[in-house]
Amino acid sequence: MEFQSCVKIINEWDIVAARQLGRNVAKELGFGSVDQARITTAISELARNIYLYAGQGKVCIEKVYEGNKAGLKIIATDEGPGIQDIRKVMEDGYTTSGGLGAGLPGVKRLMDEFDIDSVPGKGTDIKATKWLR
Amino acid sequence: MNVRIPILKLYDCLLVSIQWELDDATALQFQEDLLHKIHETSANGVVIDLTSIDFIDSFIAKVLGDVISMSKLMGAKVVITGIQPAVAITLIELGITLEDVLTALDLEKGLEKLQQELGE
Repeated sequence: MEFQSCVKIINEWDIVAARQLGRNVAKELGFGSVDQARITTAISELARNIYLYAGQGKVCIEKVYEGNKAGLKIIATDEGPGIQDIRKVMEDGYTTSGGLGAGLPGVKRLMDEFDIDSVPGKGTDIKATKWLR
Repeated sequence: MNVRIPILKLYDCLLVSIQWELDDATALQFQEDLLHKIHETSANGVVIDLTSIDFIDSFIAKVLGDVISMSKLMGAKVVITGIQPAVAITLIELGITLEDVLTALDLEKGLEKLQQELGE
């Protein structure tokens, strides 16, 4: 029952496409309106970070199952400049764009699980999951 | 794909109802359109209704916050109405508080608030 669907992020329109995909999958899984908004917002922020900082990358949406619970996983990957100091970007209020993209701490709060892996010069890989309650 | 958000004039106020999901370009175009409309009509109040909006990300929030400050510079007060529960929850969790922004539950209450603010 593996399901994964991806949107390439190259321009601003792709941000809209990514969040629409995410919202549709969230609806299919049966998430309520608040969680749908959380998921859509998280995708929008992650896709925008790719667009702003890496230029291009992709956002994949996956249905995940663990035991008897189901969830939605966002996987945002890029081969951009990477993040020098992950601890710093996870601090509230830290910005390098004058507040254009969202803080990653905000995305972490919107989701249940959040995992970031970044190698300077190689790229960034972010996984965030929301479980159905 | 450049859809513009309609801005209606009602006496000395402007009314905006955002009916669909905002992309970046439409949001920025709206910012400009609203300021031009304020200038054109000498409106001193604006109500922006978000009833149909089911999520707001940090970019849209920034555009909205900015257009409110810009309108203020031009002498117009802005009231935001119709923020849905899901939108209020996600904005705060995201860390966006939109401080000093006038808000009301719905369009009707928004217009009342605007009248009070304008001292009419």
